[in-house]
Amino acid sequence: MIDDEFTKALLEKKGFLSRRDSLDCLTVDCPADRLVDMTLALRDEDGFDLLVDLTAIDHGEDAEVRFSVVLHFYSLVHRGYLRIHVLCSDNEKPSVPSVSDVYPAANWHERETYDMFGIEFTGHPDLRRILMWDEYPYFPLRKDFPLAGIDTPLPAADVVEVTKASVEPAPMMGGPFVSSGDNVMSESEPRARDESWTEESEKPS
Amino acid sequence: MSKTVTREISIGDVGTRGSEASEKADSDRMALNVGPSHPTTHGVLRLIMELNGDVIEKCEPVIGYLHRGDEKIAENMTYNQFVPYTDRLDYLAPLANNVAYALTVEKLAGVEVPERCQAIRVLVCELARISSHLLGMGVFGMDAGAWTPFMYTFTEREKLYTLFEELTGARFTTSYTRIGGVARDIPDGWLDRVKTFCENLPKATDEVEKLLTRNRIFLDRTEGIGEISKEDALAYGLTGPNLRASGVDLDLRKDKPYSGYEKYDFDVPIGTRGDCYDRYLIRIEEVRQSLRIIDQVISDFPSGLWYAEDARKIFAPPKEKIMTSMEELIQNFMIVTEGPQVPPGEVYFEAENPKGALGFYLVSKGGGVPYRLKIRAPSFCNLSILEKFVPGHMLADITVILGSLDFVMGECDR
Repeated sequence: MIDDEFTKALLEKKGFLSRRDSLDCLTVDCPADRLVDMTLALRDEDGFDLLVDLTAIDHGEDAEVRFSVVLHFYSLVHRGYLRIHVLCSDNEKPSVPSVSDVYPAANWHERETYDMFGIEFTGHPDLRRILMWDEYPYFPLRKDFPLAGIDTPLPAADVVEVTKASVEPAPMMGGPFVSSGDNVMSESEPRARDESWTEESEKPS
Repeated sequence: MSKTVTREISIGDVGTRGSEASEKADSDRMALNVGPSHPTTHGVLRLIMELNGDVIEKCEPVIGYLHRGDEKIAENMTYNQFVPYTDRLDYLAPLANNVAYALTVEKLAGVEVPERCQAIRVLVCELARISSHLLGMGVFGMDAGAWTPFMYTFTEREKLYTLFEELTGARFTTSYTRIGGVARDIPDGWLDRVKTFCENLPKATDEVEKLLTRNRIFLDRTEGIGEISKEDALAYGLTGPNLRASGVDLDLRKDKPYSGYEKYDFDVPIGTRGDCYDRYLIRIEEVRQSLRIIDQVISDFPSGLWYAEDARKIFAPPKEKIMTSMEELIQNFMIVTEGPQVPPGEVYFEAENPKGALGFYLVSKGGGVPYRLKIRAPSFCNLSILEKFVPGHMLADITVILGSLDFVMGECDR
C-alpha cells in the first residue's frame, strides 16, 4: 500500500519533490529537469511498473504557469497510483523532457499531448501529430481554441481540387448548452457557446 | 489473495519460419499500406508496413481517423450530459464505460451509491464484458479463417442485446448510468431472463471451444504468433486480457476493487506465453468467470434504492417530485441553469473494462462543467506496442495479431 510511511520515505529520498493535496492518490510536483531521473528511480527502485497515463492541463492564457503535464503511475507491488505534476516554465514554448526512453508507453501519450496542447517533449524519438493530421496548424485542446473549430484547409490536395472542400467549423446553435454560471441567474441560463451563426445565416467574418 | 488459473500450452516449431523466409527472399522489398478501411483492421486503423518478401520488417500504425474531440466536448457540458458520449468510446461495451465514468465523477463529488445500485452496476459491467468478449472471440476466429464460431457467439450476443434493450431502452448506445445511480431500476422479471441467458451461454462457449481450442489449423495460426513478453507488456502500458495473457497478474477488480467487486468470488486467468493463443484462452475463461460473478450477484440481489439520495441533490432530483414539490422544482431549476456544483479538485479512476483499464482523469475548478477530462483508453495503449512486436512476422499473421489484441478504434481515437 502507498501509505504515509512510503510517502515520507519517497519525499525524503527525493528532496526536489513537493507534495500536493489530493482527493485520491499521492500527488507530487516534480521540477522538469529532474523528471527523467525521477521516473528511472520510480521504475527501477520503487516498483512503479506501469505508466498508465500522461496528459496535460491548460490553465488558461492568463495563468502564471499556463501548462502542466500530469503523469499517472501504477505499482503492482503497492497496488496504488502516483500522480506527478510537471509545470512548464515557458508559456509561449512549453517543453518538458520526454520519458519515452524509460517508459515506452509514454511515446504515444507524449505525441498526443503534443498534438493537443503543443507541448514539446525534448528527446522524444518521433514527435509528430498522432490524432490530427500532420499539417494541422492548431492545438485543439488549448483553452483558446474554439469548440466549433477553425476553418482549415484539407490536407489532401487532390481531393480539394475536385471537391473544393475544407474543414469547416460546426455551427454551435445546436449546443451543447452551457451555463456561464457566474452571472445573475437571468443571464446565466444555458445557451450555446457561440450563437452568432447557424446553418441558415452566414458566419460573420 | 486471488486464486489464479494457469494453463500450460505446448510449443510448436512455428517460431522459426519468419526468419527462414527472410533469408530466402532478400530482394523482394516493398511498402504496403493496409487500411484505414480494411476488413482485417476492425475499425479505421491504418498500418504502413515495409515487407521483405512475406516478412514484415517495419510496421507503423496510423491512428486518428475516428477522432471526434470527446475531451474538448467534455469541457463544454455538464457532467450528466457527457454520459452518452461515453457509449461511443468502447462501443462494444458501452455499459462498462458508463459505469466507469459515473464512478469517476462520484469519486470527485464524494457520492456513495447504495448497494442495489452497486449490484446493478456490477451486473451490467459483467454482461458488457461477456458481450465484448463474445464478439472479440468470434471475430478472432474469423480472422484466423474459422467462420462458424462467430455464428455461435454472435447469436448469444444478440440475445444479450435484447436484454440490454429491455433494461436501458437501447441495444447499442445504452447511456444507462447517471452520476449517483442508474437511469432506471431493473424491470420486473429481468433478472430471471438474465439467469436463463447465463444458463444457456456455456453451451455456446463450449461449442466455440470445441471448434477452436484444439483445432489444428487454429493452433498453427495462433500459437507462438505475436508473443509479447511480460516486460514489454508492462513497458508499453498494456492492460486487461492482453496484459494478463503475458503473465502479469493485474485485474483492477481484484487489485483496486470498486463498486463492490470485493464481495464476489472469481478467478483471474493468467497466460504463460503472451501469444495470440493465450489471449484467446484468457478471453474465453473470463467469460466463464463473469458468469460466476453474475450468478453471485443475482442470487443475493440487494433491495433498496438504485440511486444515491445525496447525489439527487447535486445532479438531478427525481422527475416526479419536480412536478409536485416546490423544493425539488427550485433545485432542478438551479441544476439546469448553473450546472451541478461539484467541488474543485482532481481525481483519476480506472475501471477494468473488457478491453483493459479505462481511466478518466477529471480536473474540476468547481462549477457545473469539468475543467479537463482526459480519457485513458486501453485500446490506445494496446495498439502502441504494434510497432515493437509485429516486425519479424509474416504478412498473413497480421490479421491474427490484430484480432487477438481486440481493440476498438472509437476508444483509441476518442
